[in-house]
Amino acid sequence: MSIFVDETTKVVYQGLTGSQGRFYGLLNKKYGTKVVAGTNPKKAGTDVEGIPVFASVADAVAETGATASCVFIPAPGVKDAVLDAARGGVKFIVVITEGVPAHDEAWFYNELRRDFPDVRLLGPNCPGIISPGKANIGITAGHIAKAGGPVGIVSRSGTLTYQALYELAQKDIGVTTCVGIGGDPVPGTSFIDCLAAFEADDETKAVMMIGEIGGSAEEEAAAFIASNMSKPVVSYVAGVTAPAGKKMGHAGAIISGSKGTAQAKMDALREAGVKVGLNPTEAGELMAEVIKELGLS
Amino acid sequence: MDLLEYQGKQLFGRYGIPVSPGAAVTTVDEAVATAEGLGYPVVVKAQVLVGGRGKAGGVKLAADVDEIRTHASNILGMDIKGHRVDVVWIEKASDIAEEYYASFTLDRAAKQHLGMLSAQGGVEIEQVADENPDAIARIHVNPVDGLSEVDCRAWVEAAQLNPAATEGAVDILLKLYEAYTEGDADLCEINPLILTPDGRVHALDAKVTLDDNAVFRHPDYEQYDAIQLRDEREQAAHDKGLQYVGLDGFVGVIANGAGLAMSTVDIVNQVGGKPANFLDIGGGANADVMAGALEVINNDPNVRSIFINIFGGITKGEEVANGIVQALARVKIDSPIVIRLDGTNADEGRAILAPHLSDRLQLQPTMLDAARSAVELAGGASA
Repeated sequence: MSIFVDETTKVVYQGLTGSQGRFYGLLNKKYGTKVVAGTNPKKAGTDVEGIPVFASVADAVAETGATASCVFIPAPGVKDAVLDAARGGVKFIVVITEGVPAHDEAWFYNELRRDFPDVRLLGPNCPGIISPGKANIGITAGHIAKAGGPVGIVSRSGTLTYQALYELAQKDIGVTTCVGIGGDPVPGTSFIDCLAAFEADDETKAVMMIGEIGGSAEEEAAAFIASNMSKPVVSYVAGVTAPAGKKMGHAGAIISGSKGTAQAKMDALREAGVKVGLNPTEAGELMAEVIKELGLS
Repeated sequence: MDLLEYQGKQLFGRYGIPVSPGAAVTTVDEAVATAEGLGYPVVVKAQVLVGGRGKAGGVKLAADVDEIRTHASNILGMDIKGHRVDVVWIEKASDIAEEYYASFTLDRAAKQHLGMLSAQGGVEIEQVADENPDAIARIHVNPVDGLSEVDCRAWVEAAQLNPAATEGAVDILLKLYEAYTEGDADLCEINPLILTPDGRVHALDAKVTLDDNAVFRHPDYEQYDAIQLRDEREQAAHDKGLQYVGLDGFVGVIANGAGLAMSTVDIVNQVGGKPANFLDIGGGANADVMAGALEVINNDPNVRSIFINIFGGITKGEEVANGIVQALARVKIDSPIVIRLDGTNADEGRAILAPHLSDRLQLQPTMLDAARSAVELAGGASA
């Protein structure tokens, strides 16, 4: 099994006709993802290498039965694109776009919760989601991941997600699903959403969680793990030595006071029984030990 | 990005939030002319983005023309924590009966806006939050609903301000929420929000941080870019469009992706080194970007070695390697370089780098090995 997406997921790419949307849409299709449609109100009726383009997500859903959307629209249009997707009837919306204003994120997160409670949003500013061998939606390099489980990955950082997939593949450890939740202030899907889904997934036997400085998402995840997770969790938190108050790249990665530091996050995770690596390689090694202890290697 | 006090007050003014009359000036003569126009006493306030300006002598009360001249000439050009004061704000002094604190920011955990209001303003609000959290009345605002007058009033009542301040506070907070949302601010803070002896409420200070991502909606915000606090290295990197944060060590760091860059800074520290910077060159690693990054790092006199940490995802190893080789041909680098190249087509990339390798351009197989080499080449671990 996998979580959120698999080989049956039919995806419409909002912004398929743009350079990024086209590049990754075609790459995802080549990987095996069911890329069924694109949208662009000005180019409805055309196609991108055989993938039909519609004016709206609603039209794409009606014609192709799309169940998910992937947004490559530039930041100013993301708010409308997310609404278009939710109104159009898809149940899973992945927003790759970075640079979305925080007020827009907060607005559409709450709008979806109120009017479209059964729609899951992933992102913005995330690498997307891959269930290796089944579907790759977003910008992850699919070939670095080994399919089949038993590990589920959830990460706030793009490149560290790839690093984690690679570390595991090097050790011949497969992945059920790898979810990049993104580092923005209001992520649509949280660590806890993913941890709960992995806990419920039979094929996932252990979870790798990659956090970073800023906010309190890792501390909240630690509390969830302590009370709700039976499966082992291995973690790495980036930014252990980041100076307080410095903003490093991600909008979300701002340290305020002691809350939000990598040290505070690692302490909270360790207290919840999580094995914490000090760098991505060490986290990979810890996961290899966990898999061995579970008798799965 | 952060606004100076007077810029924050100008923003507040556009939303009808009462502030003291005043003007931002850059010369002593202008300061005097402004004060004469306002009538004494006036307050002279240094306009800098660093905190602690009051303690540094950057805020003074002037009762007459001699005092305004003295204070303005002392404060203009003053150094506050390494930052020169180029602008002072002159405003009419206010009589203060009570000082409050008010702000709006985004509560990431609750995924809603958070308003905070306290009757104990004017002092270190963080201390109040620590020692007496109940002294701060909080309200969560769902962005879809906005802030209603009824909820705002209940919030103000919960903060137990002087009843004489209630109407004025409700009015200001509704306007502050509007400034915060329409202005795409990360933070709108008034400390202190004052009640005057004659019962008026107004903003005596303004602290505003705007969301860089929302500049497309507010083209006028570009004017604030030039005042942001950056050291020389950070400014050079900013001009090249690089994500750079200056640190105080001696190992220059270049990585692709913010997470990997943070992780690289961590691992340099873990093996006993001290990173000179955080630098994220983004997903790709073409020759232009790499050359720009190397230039910025090479110009940092503290750098004694450079660690380039690249993980190829969609970008293939050979493209990254070619980018590095071309960049090195363009920029003369003074410090030895250690490269770690992994991920997609790493072997092909390493083969391209092989003929260029030397004692001063090393390739290491893992992040840990590369970090150790970089620290060693810099002269060993820091004391």
